[in-house]
Parts: sequence; structure tokens; C-alpha cells
Amino acid sequence: MTMAVGGAEIFPAGTARPGDDRRLTRVNTNEAVNVLVTGPLLDSERWRRWWIAFAVSAALTVIFFGSMIYLFVAGIGIFGNNSIVVWGYPIANYVWWIGIGNAGTLISSMLLLTHQRWRAAINRLAEAMTLMAVAIAGLMPIMHMGRPQYFYWLAPYPNTMGLWPQWRSALIWDFWAILSYLLFSIVFWYTGLIPDLATLRDRATTRAKRVVYGALALGWRNSARHWHIYQTYYRTMAALATPLVCSVHSIVGLDFAASLMPGWQETIFPPYFVVGAMYSGFGMVVVLCAAVRWGLRLEALITMRHFDIMAKVMLMAGTVMLISYATEWFSGWYSGRGVDRRFLGFEFAGTYSPLYWIMIFCNCIAVQAFWFRSVRRSLPAIILISVLINIGMWLERILIVWNTLSHHYVASMWRLFYPTLWDWLILFGSLGFFAFLYLLFVRFFPVVSMHEVRQLVREETAS
Amino acid sequence: MSLVLLAEFEREEALVNAVGQLGERDYRVIDAFTPYEVEGLGGLLGASPFRVRAAMLIGGLGAAALCWFVEWYSATLGFPFDSGSRPPNSWPVFPLFPFEFGVLMAGVFGFAAMLWSTGLPSLNHPFFDSPLSDRASQDRFLLAIDIPSTARARRTLERLLADMGAEAIEEAEL
Repeated sequence: MTMAVGGAEIFPAGTARPGDDRRLTRVNTNEAVNVLVTGPLLDSERWRRWWIAFAVSAALTVIFFGSMIYLFVAGIGIFGNNSIVVWGYPIANYVWWIGIGNAGTLISSMLLLTHQRWRAAINRLAEAMTLMAVAIAGLMPIMHMGRPQYFYWLAPYPNTMGLWPQWRSALIWDFWAILSYLLFSIVFWYTGLIPDLATLRDRATTRAKRVVYGALALGWRNSARHWHIYQTYYRTMAALATPLVCSVHSIVGLDFAASLMPGWQETIFPPYFVVGAMYSGFGMVVVLCAAVRWGLRLEALITMRHFDIMAKVMLMAGTVMLISYATEWFSGWYSGRGVDRRFLGFEFAGTYSPLYWIMIFCNCIAVQAFWFRSVRRSLPAIILISVLINIGMWLERILIVWNTLSHHYVASMWRLFYPTLWDWLILFGSLGFFAFLYLLFVRFFPVVSMHEVRQLVREETAS
Repeated sequence: MSLVLLAEFEREEALVNAVGQLGERDYRVIDAFTPYEVEGLGGLLGASPFRVRAAMLIGGLGAAALCWFVEWYSATLGFPFDSGSRPPNSWPVFPLFPFEFGVLMAGVFGFAAMLWSTGLPSLNHPFFDSPLSDRASQDRFLLAIDIPSTARARRTLERLLADMGAEAIEEAEL
């Protein structure tokens, strides 16, 4: 028995042959969803391009961990940090990665709570991005510490030194925010995966795959009773995830805002950081969606409509960023304080000003192209602007650190930051490590939430 | 464990219709197996997420309360450190840690309660012995009905299920 789907043929469950999914151009049955998503995972012969990408990412991962080992041996003197600009790349990288990490759960949970069914095609990709980005973000402060072997002192535990954490310190808030968020995200992501792991178990072509996916699926039987309990739990997790995500990046904002430095001591930081996180996260999700869609041939599932909607969200976030920057500038000028006005002048015309102007272009100007439908419907244009947004958001993070610390209250403490080779190796190594983890996820787990897409297909065919 | 009749339907509507009709005729529907959540069906079959909700509430609030106590104890009694003459019991900054950890624990407790309520993990459940079980996770809708005590009543039920659109009917253990 065969069924016609979008002009192509598909086969009854369990009889799909490797490569059948390549002929699917439209998804309007449950089996079409299954074939599209599980087809690549169960066919081990079509991963040549994946191996090339994996080898490149593995090389960068070696560089990342090699640099980290050298850092732990030699100390943070290998970075461009100096006695004035005491924060450098690791802190900027941390804020950037945690921002990207926040967006995944934010996208997934907010869209679930607001019944945006289209999320089904991208939420798994976004949640996986969160896990990996937050894990990498968590490594950055440890690298920055100088004495990484003592990081566990941030946890409260009875000890012979009689020491307890300093709860008034932003470092402690960060520790608990990252740790809680990472573990919560793992539980949320895994819970969403369980029904799809059961599908993989039931379609597995080898015993080994059946055993592994079966164990990971915990014996999920698709019972209606189980669905009822499962969905209650999953939706409650989504409801908890939204304030958690907002709190995590607000706390990152407080790392700066709780200080007394010009350019940092601003009440706008927490919400502005949350929007920035969503902005850079959507940028990264677009890039990942485009790559996965191309690599696994998921054009029928991740459609241009998804990119169109994400472009609109980025347009909104970019506009909010512009308003946030403008509020910062106005507050600096309106405060009348010499130090704030000097800081403002340093941002626009100081040593780092070319980077600042590039940041404004990437974060505020380039995204305005999304007002045009033709741009939102052009995948190369959306990818280009998303990459620019990610570059712009990284520049924002590093400039928050550099501009303030390089331009203290006292002129005798004005000093610049010059990045070293190790700064760059850690930055690009972390990108490679992210790609390494993400490629593993893509190879072994369903990248699209099949059970949610099936529900979507049912609703669309019924209407 | 009990023996049931598993009826396979191609469409969700046929399954929902069958649940309604069988209920009206006093057949006992034990469970249904669907490739996605059919809204309202689990509640109709008597599933209750109460344990999950209770566990999340208790786990979350309990963990948050414990965190606040640790903060208060360590800041005022364990290690009262004078930082810029701020009071040791600086409660305005205390909610951050309990909130983060409380949300995490609500999630962890809820996950444990979900497993408890559903009886998972259950890797070797007899349901998997049925040849129909594989497609419940893919594209078919299964209904499990208590087998009537007499052979005649069973034949009547099978005919009824076939009339309602069942594509296959098998005996299975649940």
C-alpha cells in the first residue's frame, strides 16, 4: 500500500526504504512526518557531509580544550586582561553564550504557552541549542577565575574552614542561575524527547538501535493516560521555564548593574539583557535551522514561513534593542554627571568606537531590512542578517566590558584591552565545541518534535 | 495484568467515536494508545495529573524554603561577614537563590512524580508483545477493551469494533 504525499510516494510504517524521505515535498500524514524525521537517523549511509563538519568541529574542540588546559597551567595572564580591564573575553563569551542559551527555552516555552503550534518544527532545535550554549557559558567564568579548582566554594556546604558563600555577591547568583537553568533545561529537553524516542525505538532497523532508543524512551507506550499526565507536566515546566529564563539573564544583567561603574550601573540592564538574549538566540536558531534543514532535507517541515516569523520576531527585538541603546544614551546625557557623559563620548568616539558603530549597524540597522517581505522570504538574506546579529551581539557583550573598564572615573586608570591569540582560540574553540555537540545531537536524536508535528498535521488536515 | 482486545484505527475521529459508543454500551475501555495527545481522552479514561502538580508544588516550595534557611543561617550565624556595613540578614537579595533552585526542584520532583504516576520506566511491558504496539507511536490509534466473559459477547464486541472502523483486532496483555 502506498499513499501519495505532495506528488511523492511514501510507504507504510516500518517499510520505508533508506532515502525515501528525500522525495517528500509536503507533509500531510503522520507517516510523512515519521519518514522525514527518522529516515536520516536510521540510515547510516548518508552522513558524508556530516563527517566533514564533524571533523572540523572536532579539531576546534581540541583547540578549545587544549587552550583551556594551557590556561589552567599558565594562569589568566595568557589573556589580554590587565590590572585595569580585569574582565575580558571569557566574561563577554559567557554573557553571549548564556544569551543564546536563554533563547532556546524562551522560544520553546513561550510559544508553547501562547499556543503557537508552528513552534513544533523548531522547538527541539532551539532547546538543544540551549543545552549546549549554557554548558559552554558555564565553563567561561571557571576559565576566568584563575583558580578553577576552587569553583565549588560557590556552593554552600559545611567545611572545616568555616566559610559560607557570600549571598550578596553577583557571582553566587550567577552560579545558581546557570546551574539551575542548565539542569532544568536538560529535564525539559529530555521530557520533550521521550515520545519521539519511542517512535525511533519502534522504527529501529537494528537491534542495537532498538535497545538504546528503547532504554532512553523509558518504555513509553503512547497510552492516553500517560499523555494526559505527561502534557500536564510538560506545560507546567514551560510555565516555569519562562520566568526562570527571564531571571537567569536578568541576573547576568545584574552582574554589571549591581556595580558602581559608569555605563553599568543602570536599572535598564536586566530587561535589556533578556531582550538581547532572545535576539541573539533567534539569530542562532535561524542559522541552525537553515543548516539542519539543508543537511537533513527538511524543507517540507521547516518552511519559509518559519523563517518569515522568526525574521519578524528579530525585527521586533532589534527595534527594542535600538530603543534600549537610545535610553542608555539619553540617561547618560540627561544625568548631567561628567563621568557618564565622558563615557558616552568614549563609546561614540573613543578607541573602540569603530566596533561600536559596527555593533549598532549589526544590531539595529541591518535588521530593519526585515520590514520588507522579499527579504523575509529570502533564506540567504535571513541567514546573513542573523549572522550579523550574532556578531553584533558579541560585540555588544565585549564592548560593555571594554568601554566601562577602559574608561574609569580617574583618568590615570584609563587603559585599553588588547586580545591575545589565546583569547581568540578560546572564542573560536567554543564555537567549534558547540558545533561538535550540536552535530552529535543531530546525528542521534530527532531534530523535530514528531508527536507535536503529527498533532499539527491532524489539525491542518481537519480544518 | 489483564487480557484485553486491542483494536486498531486509522484515524483519531474513529477512535474517539469508538470510545463514546463503547461507553454507552457498558463496555469497559481500559486504555487507548495514540501517536500524539488526543485532548481530553486521558481524563476521560480516568488519568489524573494530581500527583505531578502536588509534587511540583511541594518540591519547589520546599526547596526554596530550604535555600532561604541556608542563606539566613550562613549569613547571620555561620559566617556573618561585614560587607560595607550592610546587615547580615540582607533579605532583599535572598530570593534569587531560592527562586532558581526552587524552580529546578519543582521540575525534578515533577519528573519523578510523572514516572511514578505512569509506572515508567517499564521496558518490558507485555503491551510490546502485541504486533500492533509498534504503530501506536507512529501513525495508528489503538483502543484496549476489557474482554467480555462469554465467547458470544466477545464476537459481538469484535463485530461492533469492525463496524466502527477497526482495521485490526488482536488479543493482548496489559
